[in-house]
Amino acid sequence: MRVRLAVFTTRAVNATSRRLGRGRGTVAGGRSGLRVDPQLLQHLTASQEVALVTGTNGKTTTTRLLAVALGAGGVTVVSNETGSNMPPGHVAALAGNRRAPRAVLEVDEIYLPRVLAATKPAAVVLLNLSRDQLDRTNEVRMVSGHWRAALAAAPHATVIANADDPLVVWAAGAAAQVRWVGAGLRWQLDAVGCPSCEGRIAFDAAGSWACVTGCGFVRPDLLVTLSTGQDGTGDAQSTTYRGEWADGRSEQIRLLLPGRFNHSNALMAAVAAEAMGIAVADGLAAMAEVDEVAGRFTTRLVNGVRTRLMLAKNPAGWSELLELVGRDDGPIVISINARTADGADPSWLWDVPFDRLTSRVVVATGDRCRDLSVRLHYAGVAHVMESDPLEAVRIAHDHGHGDNGEHEHEHEHDHNDHDGERVDVIGNYTAFDELLRASVPARVG
Amino acid sequence: MTAPVRIAVVYPDLLGTYGDGGNGLILARRAEWRGFEVVLTQAPSDAALPESDIYCLGGGEDGPQVRAARSLIEDGTLARRAATGAVVLAVCAGYQIVGKEFPGADGSPHEGVGLLDIATSKGTGPRAVGEVVGEPSDDAPGALPTLTGFENHGGQTTLGPGVTPLARVVYGVGNGDGSGTEGAVSGRVIGTYLHGPLLARNPALADLLLDWALTEEPPHVPCGGPASDGVAVAPFDDSAAAALREERLAATIGSRRGRPRRRRR
Repeated sequence: MRVRLAVFTTRAVNATSRRLGRGRGTVAGGRSGLRVDPQLLQHLTASQEVALVTGTNGKTTTTRLLAVALGAGGVTVVSNETGSNMPPGHVAALAGNRRAPRAVLEVDEIYLPRVLAATKPAAVVLLNLSRDQLDRTNEVRMVSGHWRAALAAAPHATVIANADDPLVVWAAGAAAQVRWVGAGLRWQLDAVGCPSCEGRIAFDAAGSWACVTGCGFVRPDLLVTLSTGQDGTGDAQSTTYRGEWADGRSEQIRLLLPGRFNHSNALMAAVAAEAMGIAVADGLAAMAEVDEVAGRFTTRLVNGVRTRLMLAKNPAGWSELLELVGRDDGPIVISINARTADGADPSWLWDVPFDRLTSRVVVATGDRCRDLSVRLHYAGVAHVMESDPLEAVRIAHDHGHGDNGEHEHEHEHDHNDHDGERVDVIGNYTAFDELLRASVPARVG
Repeated sequence: MTAPVRIAVVYPDLLGTYGDGGNGLILARRAEWRGFEVVLTQAPSDAALPESDIYCLGGGEDGPQVRAARSLIEDGTLARRAATGAVVLAVCAGYQIVGKEFPGADGSPHEGVGLLDIATSKGTGPRAVGEVVGEPSDDAPGALPTLTGFENHGGQTTLGPGVTPLARVVYGVGNGDGSGTEGAVSGRVIGTYLHGPLLARNPALADLLLDWALTEEPPHVPCGGPASDGVAVAPFDDSAAAALREERLAATIGSRRGRPRRRRR
């Protein structure tokens, strides 16, 4: 009875909040529902098969890919797709579809122990752990320790863990069942201190690692590894990705989403889906149809300009994204805010190798464009500073267009670009959200 | 001045959590802009600390901080070079470990490198997290303008008679021992809680450190002016840093120009 009242409350508040145009209406209703029934998350998931996804980067994408994979056989899957990844967001999503037999929940790193205890998941996906919003979250080493304690108390869950991240391995090491995935880790600086003995972790060029102090903490044997290769020749060549299993199986990962990190997320999702009964090939086939996640990666119009919107909010995320956009040579807008959801201290900008953008037209924008401008100045990146993000996109478009006509011919890998140069736009959390809300989908040409 | 300026970022694998590695980069660029050759080294904790003219230490987590202190004491280079004229800029965890004593993760005291006559203990209140504005102390070196930065620490630092405070806090917490001071200075060793990184927001301090490293008797050379040692100073552009300083000061202590304009959305 109480659960039904709580669900009713959640839905009613969300509907009202949406009608009033306040946000996307997920958190307020969830909070109200949890006030009526503090155990609502536990009650709503009691008869569901649940998967949880957490980590510093890639949560939203992996959650989406896993939800799609788990729905491959026609099963309804409920998921907190809007990125509200704390319990109010979870109950809001779950209350919206109580009949779904499966749930995939994106979980904030700090909330994993609580959500794990409440939802008794069949699978838990641990992507990575690195510095993010240090002014409001705990040290990553502490988070890893909390995960470890929580997973030790959850023998029902199969953990799908990125074995290339020592902090993830430390957390998953106490779990009853783990599937180790060599998913890669470009940003390794937060994992140098051994979480097991406070010694030092050394990485080799191939990405394997071990504690050099000799405490025995080493990368576990991998169930499956993400491998990359090259397809085609010359300018038209593109990177291909495969999952290579230790038992000899091999599956190509084909996605509409770009970048190594998204293929890594897909492999983690495929292994999680397999743990829940979906064949890897079926899961990957379903994921191949996903062309955007919460507005990211597709071409959208901002202020009349064709843009590709992307989110990067910490050095690890930036390291991956620079690798992706670094292959391009078009104009790029970087928008940095430091509001509550971003963290108030943007000094992490100094950990990002912005010098890779020296040959690009760069426009710095957002609330903290001055911090970014000083950072770019010392990185040797010539740029324009414009505090209004919409104006910044227009400036990037105009500059990028006028500067160099040759660019047009170098865009083989961007088949959608007929109407002039596309502007890459990267923002941190609220900066991205602001631009997304100001954008509309572009017609595919 | 033919020998290159050697700048070492100390243990970025342990003391690299808050972007403070930027301080080393900023010093290197500014020295280059002034026409000097520069060797900038990222000095990892598993190797001997290189001989250097300027050492930069940054913030880090509790466990790595303890390891960094132990390695620096065993290595000995930092204390020896500081005693023979090297410049040291130590921020946050780096500031704490160049003192006499600092707290480990459990709060128990650990021995520091001892470059500064300061002792840090675990604070009793909530962590100090936020913007800081400090007015340089009268006896602080150089003729520095207002200091701006961002602090994030749980320690409280008490200054002994062997150091002078870097600044008087007008916004934020700083040393947090009730004295209203921020940071500590002794000779050519400067310790502070300010991230940002510090030198991104306070280029005058960067130039002061370079003056110290480049000359025996450090005269302070303002940006863009002629250097006293005859080396032409490139008229490099500090307008980006000036805009950032103005914004941060306006966002904290306010200014005659008022608060930053509100965003449209």
